[in-house]
Amino acid sequence: MRTKPAIALEGISKSFPGVRALSKVSLALHPGSVTALVGENGAGKSTLVKILTGIYQPDEGVIRVDGAPTRFPSASSAARAGVTAIHQETVLFDELSVAENIFLGHAPRIGPGLIDWRKMNADARALLARVGADLDPSIRLRDLGIASKHLVAIARALSIDARVVIMDEPTAALSHKEIHELYELVDRLKADGKAILFISHKFDEIFRIADRYTVFRDGSMVGEGLIAETTQDDLVRLMVGRDIGQVFPKQAVAIGEPVLTVSGYRHPTEFEDINFELRRGEILGFYGLVGAGRSEFMQSLIGITKPSAGAVRLDGEVRVIRSPADAIAAGIVYVPEERGRQGAIIGLPIFQNVTLPSLSRTSRAGFLRLAEEFALARDYTARLDLRAASFDQDVGTLSGGNQQKVVIAKWLATKPKVIILDEPTKGIDIGSKAAVHAFMSELAASGLSVIMVSSEIPEIMGMADRVIVMREGRIAARFERDALSAEGLVRAAAGIREAA
Amino acid sequence: MKRLSGNREMLLVVAIVALVALIALRFPPFVTPGNLVNVYNDSSILIILALGQMAVILTRCIDLSMAAALALCGMAAAMVNAAMPGLPIPLLILIAMALGTVLGAFNGLLVWKLDIPPIVVTLGTLTIYRGLIFLLSGGAWINAHQMSPAFKALPRLNLLGFPVLSWLSLAMIAIMLLVMRRTPLGRAFFAVGGNPHAAVYTGIDVGRTRFLAYCLSGMLAGLSGYLWVSRYAVAYVDIAAGFELDIIAACVIGGVSIAGGIGSVAGTVLGALFLGVIKNALPVIDISPFAQMAISGTVIIVAVAVNARSEKRKGRVILKKAEATHG
Repeated sequence: MRTKPAIALEGISKSFPGVRALSKVSLALHPGSVTALVGENGAGKSTLVKILTGIYQPDEGVIRVDGAPTRFPSASSAARAGVTAIHQETVLFDELSVAENIFLGHAPRIGPGLIDWRKMNADARALLARVGADLDPSIRLRDLGIASKHLVAIARALSIDARVVIMDEPTAALSHKEIHELYELVDRLKADGKAILFISHKFDEIFRIADRYTVFRDGSMVGEGLIAETTQDDLVRLMVGRDIGQVFPKQAVAIGEPVLTVSGYRHPTEFEDINFELRRGEILGFYGLVGAGRSEFMQSLIGITKPSAGAVRLDGEVRVIRSPADAIAAGIVYVPEERGRQGAIIGLPIFQNVTLPSLSRTSRAGFLRLAEEFALARDYTARLDLRAASFDQDVGTLSGGNQQKVVIAKWLATKPKVIILDEPTKGIDIGSKAAVHAFMSELAASGLSVIMVSSEIPEIMGMADRVIVMREGRIAARFERDALSAEGLVRAAAGIREAA
Repeated sequence: MKRLSGNREMLLVVAIVALVALIALRFPPFVTPGNLVNVYNDSSILIILALGQMAVILTRCIDLSMAAALALCGMAAAMVNAAMPGLPIPLLILIAMALGTVLGAFNGLLVWKLDIPPIVVTLGTLTIYRGLIFLLSGGAWINAHQMSPAFKALPRLNLLGFPVLSWLSLAMIAIMLLVMRRTPLGRAFFAVGGNPHAAVYTGIDVGRTRFLAYCLSGMLAGLSGYLWVSRYAVAYVDIAAGFELDIIAACVIGGVSIAGGIGSVAGTVLGALFLGVIKNALPVIDISPFAQMAISGTVIIVAVAVNARSEKRKGRVILKKAEATHG
């Protein structure tokens, strides 16, 4: 190596209950160099960032700063060592001024407890000039766009004399022009001698700005080298190279007639031209990068947001869906991604959680029938093998896995025709994943049609009968099961043209 | 949930009984049946109002305008009565309730359609409603002699040993029990407060549910307006000023979580009764009104602390050995 690494990780491992997130990973970041970190969701990238920034402690391995072994017991110790991270959603304070955001925690002072505002604003202006931002340091952060917030975050990094800058998908929410300004900034930081770790799913930008690459797969480092000596195809192959299939309990199901037909769905800012058919007994996968518009489309399909155009037919009949209640009545249910926030209702007993979307069936003349509610709840929780002392018990007293069963029972109890599962296995351990997959397969076998939104390639390839890939709000590709390839999926999602 | 809230309600019953026993030691006549009926009767309006407030708080909102709406509806009822003494009293009550519902609906619409924080909305309407009373009455009082005898007599009318005022509060308790336990709307109040994000997906319209909670609280404020004015036989701008705090205190003491989603009719009624006992008993054992306020305030803080503790305990029990004690 021509330079000594500013920071180096050696043999880092990190496990969580049921998951080995990182396994003997090494990574060196050199001053004045941009290293791209690529890998699928769940490959261990964010765990690595959290170890670098002192949020997680590694189970084994060494972190070296300028060659000397160091430990980051807290986020502030990592910051003192000059490591700073810029996230997709910046962690700044909307209600404070730009200058306050830059100097929060280390503001210049006049006396004990008194901030030297004049110096702070002047210093802020100088730092902003260094990152090429023409911003007034005294305006409130909330009045800035995301790109400008990134610049403020970078100015903050410079103010604490950061030597290592981690950028976690910084361009995910930026416009075309803003992305170019960010590239220029990265070049400037590089020229300043910063060591930069750039995490991205977009291959064009990796090849535009990175000097080196490191590929993670399933918590291990599977390849590294110079960008100049590799190709997009090589990187894709490294990212996905594994055999899949044997662990997925997919049943062979006879696929029937079309159940759901969506045509011409569009939204002014989030998606357009969404057309597809879903058939009885089918599992239709929706693959794409985070932010490709999949969840936004699904929320629109069930009436949470209003599409600007589009039609839905169920069993051949046109249905107008203006609210989630309409969707449930039509037989379409959506199991959202954030099950904690959007799933169980803590404070309500188990049986009331299960029957909440089905109350019109369990009531007569506007009054609820508790006996019928109990019967319905018993029926559906039994199918999911839920263990609880009593249906009357608060759902909050259940474990996370059992709460999830309550949420799924809730949706099945509406007797849907179409069930949309948004990232059904995100953040759960391998054993539970297998159970969810087996269950999904049973649902399809019982005649339900399933839409599975997933960002995990093995899951898509293992479970889906057909796959629709979305990119930037549009359908980028469609695959039948026998034409599925991991490389094809990644290419379509990232917008890489066929290899020459 | 049942056992937890059951515990809380039992605790309140024990506290009320202990309080009454303590007072009886110093002033035995307090526990004669006749006086206990008086104490209940005295708490009736607070009970009715607290039930409306409970529905609102369950949905993660708050109604600070209830006492002002009460005063406005009471003034309107008194003025209609003064102008048209022949109008049947039940019709007058319906008018007061309808006006209260409109006032509640106004709150609810602002919260629903304009998405303004409930505390700001009802702080604003509190002032507006008080101002409307002044505009309506020109600042004048409606005194007992301007009200028809039937207007003043109804709440006091004795039926089977209880005044009509007490019967009305009992009826409201029964109706609210039915609404909260046996209707989709009651269930929606809990769901919206417990987890609004999840409630949306189950087909519940969060804004509409909150709107209906405000309508309910407004309607009960309207009913209370008539009851208040007829009982005290006077209507003026400032009646029930500051009473919104008693209403919220009754809910909080009764175990209604300010964060929404948790609460019960029984708890709310007991919370109101607890305050009623304190207000009625302390003067008879010679405790100054200022000490009364301090005592009420202490009780509120203790109640909130107890609720916070019991809510915390709902977390998952990880230690095996702790499972036996917490279940």
